Amino acid sequence: MKFSFIKKYLGIFYWLSRLGNKVIGLVRETGSLTILFLQAIFTLITTPLRGRSTVRQMDKIGVESLSLTIMTALFTGMVLALQSAYQLKKFQALRFTADLVAMSMTRELGPVLTAMVVAGRVGASITAEIGTMKVTEQIDALESLATDPIRYLVVPRLVAAFFMLGILTVYADFVGMFGGYLIAVFKLGVSSDQYIWRAITVLKMKDVMTGLIKSLWFGAIISTVGCYFGFRTEGGAEGVGRATTLSVVTSLILIIAFDCLFTAIFYFAT
Amino acid sequence: MIELKDLTKNFDNKEVLRGLNLEVKEGETLVIIGRSGCGKSVTLKHIMGIMRPDAGEVLFEGKDIFNMRHSDLEKYRLKFGYVFQGAALFDSLTVHDNVGFSLIEHSDLSKEEINRRVTETLELVGLHGIENLMPAELSGGMKKRVGIARAICMKPEIVLYDEPTTGVDPIMADAVNEMINDLHSRLRVTSIVVTHDMVSAYKVADRIAMLYEGQIVGSGTPDEIKTTTNAVVHQFITGASKGPITDNHNSN
Repeated sequence: MKFSFIKKYLGIFYWLSRLGNKVIGLVRETGSLTILFLQAIFTLITTPLRGRSTVRQMDKIGVESLSLTIMTALFTGMVLALQSAYQLKKFQALRFTADLVAMSMTRELGPVLTAMVVAGRVGASITAEIGTMKVTEQIDALESLATDPIRYLVVPRLVAAFFMLGILTVYADFVGMFGGYLIAVFKLGVSSDQYIWRAITVLKMKDVMTGLIKSLWFGAIISTVGCYFGFRTEGGAEGVGRATTLSVVTSLILIIAFDCLFTAIFYFAT
Repeated sequence: MIELKDLTKNFDNKEVLRGLNLEVKEGETLVIIGRSGCGKSVTLKHIMGIMRPDAGEVLFEGKDIFNMRHSDLEKYRLKFGYVFQGAALFDSLTVHDNVGFSLIEHSDLSKEEINRRVTETLELVGLHGIENLMPAELSGGMKKRVGIARAICMKPEIVLYDEPTTGVDPIMADAVNEMINDLHSRLRVTSIVVTHDMVSAYKVADRIAMLYEGQIVGSGTPDEIKTTTNAVVHQFITGASKGPITDNHNSN
């Protein structure tokens, strides 16, 4: 009887210590990620930007993600129009489809879906590239050649992802609204003029800016997380695979968490 | 010239360096020998300032490199050339950009001058006409030579070689040894070579030091090492499967 009592309490202590270790690990990871981000910002401010490398990253992160972003936004806009119409037709209010599609795309779906697409495509690629450099000692080689890996690898990716996410989001907003237009005009019978007029008049600069600010921040998250997990890769090919998965999962969680945070800030601040 | 004082380094509670003391004199070729995983590469990375010790100092001309400002540490690193075990060439850059990396990043030389220096350095390691190839297109031996070319392109004062003959055939290994001796006599550099290849060690060393259990357990000229009475060093250089190293390993 006495022993089962002790065993029960030991079990609780064991569970608590495991929980504590997890929390400490999470705090440490968050701290390291934040430090890398701040180091990159400091390096960006204090040293000249590597222009050619940044443009190459803009091409890889932005231009090469464009087709995927457009496809995602087009179908999302179409689905959004259909789902809205499903409810709006009950109230004879199909003309408001444009309002719903325009608002949802610019404020929420444009930035979030673009960020998720880029996190899956680019975040994984950044981690795999830097992770492979790490396990093949190329990062050490950079340092031995008196070159700061943060300036050489992180800053160009951070700057490129920051601006490219904004530009991709603008594309996603327009293409998403165009997807909604296709459904509204050719399937739901809304006139073309009415859709365009309502989409333009319902949007305020604040809505567009809200989405854009989010997307810029998402760009910073994807590149920083991608680089961070690349730098801490260990253990050969298996380690690179593990780091890549962790990088994408962390980026997706942070994108959703910061989306929630920004939406709350914009909602209560305006 | 370089002095390691009481260097200690742990990885996940495993003590790799346990108060390592070592001195490297100007102009000499010091070979550090020891079993795989004993901390030889870790020692080189400490000398380069890529890895920070848990305790101890790395002194260069009397100054602790870990107390240097970042800009001074970068200047310090430019005095070195580092030949990595797997060459560690940058995959995304051509052979030209790999070899000329330091010149492109840290010098004001014109493009033509950099091209000339890259070609000259590649010729020094016995390669020519491969400037536009990517590392993936090179054989293991060529990668090793390009790695050496990258390390010496800035005309460093000290060259660190991490297992320079590992993973190449015996003929190429001998060619690499010849190259180390040739560079040593031509460029008058101080060299630190890490290896467990005793043929290579005897061929290039002015002095050999053996790293065992995180400390230097014996050092001397190649002739002194060959006739050593130290049981640990003797077992390692003769490659005997029985002796204090394996007895200790088995008891652990």
